[in-house]
Amino acid sequence: MASIDTTVSHDNHAQPYGIMRWLTTTNHKDIGTMYLVFSLLMLLVGGLMALLIRAELFEPGLQVLDPARFNQMTTMHALVMIFGAVMPGFVGFANWQVPLMIGAPDMALPRLNNFSFWILPFAFTLLLGSLLTADGGPASGWTLYAPLSVQGGMGVDMTIFAIHMMGVSSILGAINIIVTIFNLRAPGMTLMKMPLFVWTWLITAFLLIAVMPVLAGAVTMLLTDRHFGTAFFDPGGGGDPVMFQHIFWFFGHPEVYIMILPAFGIISQIIPTFARKPLFGYDSMVFATAAIAFLSFAVWAHHMFTVGMPLAGELYFMYATMLIAVPTGVKIFNWVATMWRGAMTFETPMLFAVSVVFLFTIGGLSGLMLAIVPADFQYHDTYFVVAHFHYVLFSGAVMAMMGGAYYWLPKWTGHRYNETLGKWHFWLTAVFFNITFFPQHFLGLAGMPRRIPDYALQFTEFNMVSTIGAFGLGIAQLLFVYIVVRCIMGGARADARVWEGAEGLEWTLPSPPPAHTFTTPPKIA
Amino acid sequence: MSRIAPALTPTLAAALVLMCAPARAAWDLNLPPPVTPMAAQILDLHNLILWICVVIFIGVFGVMFYSTFAHRKSRGHRAAQFSHNTRLEILWSVIPAVILVVMAVPSTLTLIEMEDTTRSDLSVKITGYQWFWEYEYMDSGYSFYSRLSTPREQIENRAAKGEHYLLEVDNELVLPVGKKVRFVLTANDVIHAWWVPKLGIKKDAIPGYVSEMWAVIEKEGVYRGQCAELCGKDHGFMPIVVRAVPAAEFEAWLGERAASAANITETVTLDPGATVSDVDPTVTVGG
Amino acid sequence: MSAAGHYYVPHSSHWPIVATVGLFSMGLGFAMTLHHLAAGPWLMGAAGGVLVFMMFGWFGAVIGESEGGHYNRDVDMSFRMCMGWFIFSEVMFFGAFFGALFYARALAVPWLADNDLLWFGYEGGWPTAGPGGEEFIGADRADVAPGQFSTIGAWGIPLLNTALLLASSVTVTIAHWALQNNQRGKLLFWLAVTVLLGALFLFYQAVEYVHAYSELGLTLGTGVYGATFFMLTGFHGLHVTIGAVILFIIWLRCLRGHFKPDHHFAFEAGAWYWHFVDTVWVGLFIFVYVL
Ligand code: HEA
Ligand code: HEA
Ligand code: CUA
Ligand SMILES: [Cu+2]
Repeated sequence: MASIDTTVSHDNHAQPYGIMRWLTTTNHKDIGTMYLVFSLLMLLVGGLMALLIRAELFEPGLQVLDPARFNQMTTMHALVMIFGAVMPGFVGFANWQVPLMIGAPDMALPRLNNFSFWILPFAFTLLLGSLLTADGGPASGWTLYAPLSVQGGMGVDMTIFAIHMMGVSSILGAINIIVTIFNLRAPGMTLMKMPLFVWTWLITAFLLIAVMPVLAGAVTMLLTDRHFGTAFFDPGGGGDPVMFQHIFWFFGHPEVYIMILPAFGIISQIIPTFARKPLFGYDSMVFATAAIAFLSFAVWAHHMFTVGMPLAGELYFMYATMLIAVPTGVKIFNWVATMWRGAMTFETPMLFAVSVVFLFTIGGLSGLMLAIVPADFQYHDTYFVVAHFHYVLFSGAVMAMMGGAYYWLPKWTGHRYNETLGKWHFWLTAVFFNITFFPQHFLGLAGMPRRIPDYALQFTEFNMVSTIGAFGLGIAQLLFVYIVVRCIMGGARADARVWEGAEGLEWTLPSPPPAHTFTTPPKIA
Repeated sequence: MSRIAPALTPTLAAALVLMCAPARAAWDLNLPPPVTPMAAQILDLHNLILWICVVIFIGVFGVMFYSTFAHRKSRGHRAAQFSHNTRLEILWSVIPAVILVVMAVPSTLTLIEMEDTTRSDLSVKITGYQWFWEYEYMDSGYSFYSRLSTPREQIENRAAKGEHYLLEVDNELVLPVGKKVRFVLTANDVIHAWWVPKLGIKKDAIPGYVSEMWAVIEKEGVYRGQCAELCGKDHGFMPIVVRAVPAAEFEAWLGERAASAANITETVTLDPGATVSDVDPTVTVGG
Repeated sequence: MSAAGHYYVPHSSHWPIVATVGLFSMGLGFAMTLHHLAAGPWLMGAAGGVLVFMMFGWFGAVIGESEGGHYNRDVDMSFRMCMGWFIFSEVMFFGAFFGALFYARALAVPWLADNDLLWFGYEGGWPTAGPGGEEFIGADRADVAPGQFSTIGAWGIPLLNTALLLASSVTVTIAHWALQNNQRGKLLFWLAVTVLLGALFLFYQAVEYVHAYSELGLTLGTGVYGATFFMLTGFHGLHVTIGAVILFIIWLRCLRGHFKPDHHFAFEAGAWYWHFVDTVWVGLFIFVYVL
């Protein structure tokens, strides 16, 4: 295996500095940082939209947003969170950690890496810019169901092209990660020795390459139905609106695992560290991750139980969906077993990790309830579903990223963050998160549909609670921003091995690591 | 400081929440009381699955929380170093699988029954429009539109909100008690979904296609629901109201309506841009 | 100069950001064009220029590094894997459209045909312009009856095109052998033949499209048949064009003496892409034309 050669850049100019440094960088650490900063920014933007939604829903009647704007906010909130906050956030972690964890000099294709990142700010300019057009942004929900999404103006087309761009970004980013993992591992770093975070990202990257093009296909058909007279989703021409849903969810369901598998990876790094005990059942963890990914291709229509599928289809998709509980359960049990008889301490990363296991399972179990078709007839398109996916997305994906940020920030910056404030951030987040979303289960069961700007009087109480929770949750995130910025600016120095129980290649490097690490590959026993 | 965070935050939050609890509170925690046999089955199924999940949850996290308290470094616990236990791993793959089968059986049986729309006593065709419903009694051909009747002033907070705010319509769908009613759903523009929680039925109304469902309403009463698929601007403003009456009363009502409708020629134009506020709810056929 | 053991990590590059600006302008320009904003086409044109400029610059840099001997086996392997996964993503993109075709044929159309409540009298079958077909076809054409259109028979031009593409897959392989054996003349000849076969394919495809639009009443708007037909063959045609351009550039590079018998990844990438395009066509021929 190689040492690293940076002797010649294609233009032989000196390293640029200032803004040009960031615009042109090919360094995985720089790019990782940019991804993470972008992700945090998008969390704030998407969160602000969520707060607008929650403000409107504080009490019955229209107060803050008119119905058209409300729908745009719902749509945009989801698109920004999914494609702006969660996916780039995880890619940021991958950029920083994958090379450090496998002993590689950088990502395999550094220029492509820069491209993958810089597409994003531009794509989001296009997406958010759609809100400024005469007819406003997309208003059909993030699922963009035809034929509703065939209505609407230029904002919808801008959204379609923004999605194309994000697709390019994700696919290229994923290819880069896969190639890095397959090709740049240090000698002795066999596949079954890789840290679990690397494994989960390998599988996630595969999912991304497999399904992002399908989403691109779906929105392309939407585009031609809108402007070029095709009839993919028009029954008069022999098409079918439900066909859009099939194609969308063929992407959409693997997409939700794209948003959770790297989180599982982060958790699998944190828990052994603070339990001071090796991860329980490494092999079965790898296998379970692969099984989840494999099954994810075969369950998509569980989002469509009410479209009037044939009975056989409904039964099949119900069974297949339920099956995912088995490998996911294996993961949960393995984490619990890792903690069992460890010597645990509860620094902020561990607090986040444990609460992710706990809260994600609530979301997972409500997912299982959603898979039960007759019951889903009641839950579908209600706040029960909204509660489900915020438990898996916020307290699964986002809180795992926060845990990961606390875990690796000292490594990345060389400074320790303020532990007291970190704990405050954790408790505020965990508590207000539950206040925001737990009542939504009850709202859904009582019959409140999702995606409505106004509601009947019997839903008032829980909505008020939820809105209060959301604002508390928002304030807690401002604390997070403060802690992160403070940590970047300075603080107590961190050692190479930041955490007492930490194992792995990244902890053999100084904190912060120099720009180029593992320029000659480390030896792995 | 870090010690008080865990205790203080929940207290603070609880206080905040309590401060806003209004006098007349509806803190319903579960599905509404069913009025059809299928809705009752769904409720049972829901409760069964929910409780299985709760038990699993308590089991798993009982173990985890015991561990987080007992196996702390601060309590002097030393870390064991085991990392495998094949028997345990097989066990916790098989037991969940078995639990899943236990869940799947009643679900399958209920589903098969729900999907059986044969041998119905009457059929109602439901068509979704942006943003109102059309109902047609297929046997007599009598049809009418049904729109939100909540005044604009209430929505814009210029008037006090009525008891059935947003869940009231100009023309209710009248159905007989104790008969198997088959619903045939379709839509005219975009996808809508017809849902009345107490009847336990929800299905998408898809333009160009029909889907079917059925219900036997066992109790007289007025049952309310809403469109449950995002259908554009006024998705939140196309409620559903079903009035279930004794069969004889239903027959009389339908006969009378069908007869008088035959004399009226339809004059309503369907303006695609029309919204709750600018469609005059009084100009509907048979209203 | 680097020794064989060094993994090449480029310093920094402004090409990606140029590419991004190009993509962004293309998207925005297209959206504006679709809504008849005057600046739209201009923006698209400018974006196209930027993208072409970027490709020359970016690929030029890579070629320079490659010919300068900076790439070792590991870099080469990274490129190979990258290309392989990229082609996989392309396969999935076509998969979406094939999926639409199968779904429409096997499920949607039969359901519509069974649906006597809304589409009484519609028979279904394939090809079809759907139950509302008249709205789509022949509305403004005197010689085509409403609801009527013809499809392109498999055994004429499509069969010929199949033969052309299959042949081109063979010729590109011959060219590859020639390159491996350092037979420059043979290499240039067979690669040129490959590009020409591709161009010929595109020519016949264009003839076929004109025929469909002007005589058969088969257009993009001919219901779900027209939609799947033109989107599948259209995207395939686009890929043939891209592939042919790639191979043409490779040909120019061969002319300049680039590539070594044991080190010619760009050539192989072009060839892989070409085989992929070819394979997709076989799928198209079977599922769009024959069946
Ligand atoms: C990170 C994202 C994420 C994840 C991980 C999941 C995980 C799961 N989801 Fe979720 N889901 C979403 C994101 C996610 N979902 C989103 C965004 C939507 C809405 C989209 C939209 O419409 O906008 C949605 C909607 C959704 C629906 C459609 C609801 C509807 O619209 O009517 C369904 C239905 O089956 C479902 C099911 C599941 C299941 C079964 C899992 C399983 O993977 C969960 C598995 C986990 C467990 C089961 C818990 C742990 C296991 C054990 C402790 C073992 C023992 C347990 C048993 C034996 C029961 N989800
Ligand atoms: C990863 C994904 C993700 C994340 C993190 C979130 C986070 C949040 N979501 Fe999101 N949500 C979705 C994904 C996500 N959501 C999806 C997919 C949908 C479905 C959309 C659809 O139907 O199509 C949805 C829909 C959705 C709805 C339903 C809307 C509807 O049906 O009409 C609601 C309502 O409560 C909601 C609320 C929230 C809240 C309160 C948060 C909070 O967790 C946010 C917390 C963060 C902040 C609040 C930001 C930080 C604070 C500030 C910015 C303070 C302000 C600062 C200054 C002014 C300086 N979301
Ligand atoms: Cu009609 Cu929502
Ligand atoms: Cu899903």
